[in-house]
Amino acid sequence: MFTDFIDGPFWTFSVSVFAIGVIWRLISIIRLGVPGDLAVPREDGGAGGMRTILSRFMARPAVRKRALLIVVAGYMFHVGLFALLFFAQPHIDFYVDRFGVPAWAGMPRWLFILTAEIAFAGLIMAWLYRVMHPVTRMLSGIGEHTASWLVFFVMLTGCLALLEQYDSLRVLHFFLAELLLIYFPFSSLMHTFTFAFSRNYTGATMGRRGVDA
Amino acid sequence: MSERLEKGIQALRDKMDARIASYFSSCVHCGLCAEACLFATESQDPIYTPIYKLEPMRKVWSREYSFWGKLGAMIGVTDNVTEEDFANWETLVYDSCTMCGRCSMVCPVGIDITYMIRKEREAFVAAGYTPEGLQAATERAINIGSPMGVTLKTLQATIRSVEKETGLTIPMDVAGADYMALFSSMEIVNFEEYIAGLARIFKAAGVSWTVSSKGFEATNSGIQIGDPEAAKTIVERVVSAAEELGVKSVISPECGHAFMAIRWEGPNLIGRQYPFKVIHILELLSELHENGSLQLEGMTDTPLTYHDPCQISRRGGVIQQPRDLLNSVASNFQEMSDGGDMNWCCGGGGGVSANERADEIRLQAFNIKKKQLAELDGVETIVTACANCRLMLEDGLEHYELSHEVTGLTELIAEHIKQ
Ligand code: SF4
Ligand code: SF4
Repeated sequence: MFTDFIDGPFWTFSVSVFAIGVIWRLISIIRLGVPGDLAVPREDGGAGGMRTILSRFMARPAVRKRALLIVVAGYMFHVGLFALLFFAQPHIDFYVDRFGVPAWAGMPRWLFILTAEIAFAGLIMAWLYRVMHPVTRMLSGIGEHTASWLVFFVMLTGCLALLEQYDSLRVLHFFLAELLLIYFPFSSLMHTFTFAFSRNYTGATMGRRGVDA
Repeated sequence: MSERLEKGIQALRDKMDARIASYFSSCVHCGLCAEACLFATESQDPIYTPIYKLEPMRKVWSREYSFWGKLGAMIGVTDNVTEEDFANWETLVYDSCTMCGRCSMVCPVGIDITYMIRKEREAFVAAGYTPEGLQAATERAINIGSPMGVTLKTLQATIRSVEKETGLTIPMDVAGADYMALFSSMEIVNFEEYIAGLARIFKAAGVSWTVSSKGFEATNSGIQIGDPEAAKTIVERVVSAAEELGVKSVISPECGHAFMAIRWEGPNLIGRQYPFKVIHILELLSELHENGSLQLEGMTDTPLTYHDPCQISRRGGVIQQPRDLLNSVASNFQEMSDGGDMNWCCGGGGGVSANERADEIRLQAFNIKKKQLAELDGVETIVTACANCRLMLEDGLEHYELSHEVTGLTELIAEHIKQ
């Protein structure tokens, strides 16, 4: 009964909240508009925006050497999570089943497990940094902690579900992922989408001035 | 709610554009921006974290643009900005931020913190929380025409002195000249060697130029304090002087924020494009050198380094030109670590130098320059291209009992003109 609810109506509800919420958030940002720039540009702003969207995937050496731990933790978590979400076989099977998309090649199981461990370690490192470093401790609020813990439990139950011994663990993982989907549009997890906007705005402005931001 | 608080909050609300909303939506509070800010790294105090300087603006965004903030406001649990916030953040916004843009270069989600601080300052002006030193400088800029109180008479005296020293005539108010040169008050008062260098270079390169008696001051305290009306008035003065003389281009002086004001912010402040081009003096010198009009001779073997003024390099895009120029006159030019678009600020930009209250934190932050200089091999000369940086460097060097000499790039180039 609970399993059916989680697999059925609650999935539909959570994915709808996620989709509508994300679109609503993005529209509410875009509709505020940006003032035009009348200064004669040195370079094309569009190219600058695109360049910054891509270049900020690499941490600048100046900051890499000063904050290596959080930079490494960030990469471990984000790259690991991306690989898990899109190349873990159970997730691919899920997308094929739910969205009817054609299947694509997944990671071998050993790589899947290794990736999960890296992502998990990255998340824990980032959280420890958050609570221990004076700057991040000061900046972080309930939003960051809620997001960190939700992601933590989704990943933990995901790892446990890997054992494939109890369906209840899969259902628990799925339920927590649905909660995360519902929370997502109302939280700083929105940076998953808005980062591209932010990098683009900054990159375009600085690109017009001839600066590779 | 007091009227001034209401005005301040309304100004914060008015600044909220898609950029700022996207920035606040994207911040993951990773703290990396603190690793880029000289005030944060040198004090090791987390309150100087760049994004934290935007807390008043973030509060307004949260209350009015975020789901939880709006919900919290409805049930009365989300804080609004208070008079206390304005009072407490005034020093963070004005004393410990030079708007150098370094934090904006490292944020992983691409937030331009500097842009927001610039906008936030406008709300501090609306609420009446601004440092006295900057207020006075802005008033002088509006009433006298210069933040340092430099009048046409002062300029004329400097020009007479330069003419005597160089034996050249400084062309005043020449209609139809190709270029109209602007100066910063500091150049007129403290560094007339810049004006002398310019006169020699332009004579040698055969440049048609002039100085307007109606619009010669390039700095803009209105931008530094965050007063758009004052900023607009100051820009308009230069624009109408250039239009009246019908010049083809206006030359921004070495001063970094003057370049930002006239080149990048000016057209947006007055709401139209200029009928003339704006070029930074280093861009022009580089062009003249490249096209052969400016011939240089002799190489100095004195070890020297270049301090990038933030608004010229990181925020202004003039990065390669000073290096090309230096390499054509100096055989032992050494880059500071992080030189170029990631150079560390002198600590006195963005109006900090005009704000005496900030002296202590500014000099503490200067420790980063001391560290940069210590890494170089036998360098005792710092070349820069901003009168304000120059004064701040000299002040910081004196404070840390360092014996480096500071000089301007234009002057250095003028010393190497082919005879
Ligand atoms: S670096 Fe960017 S994302 Fe990180 S705390 Fe600073 S502003 Fe926020
Ligand atoms: S603009 Fe410069 S001084 Fe201001 S917060 Fe950013 S790094 Fe610090």
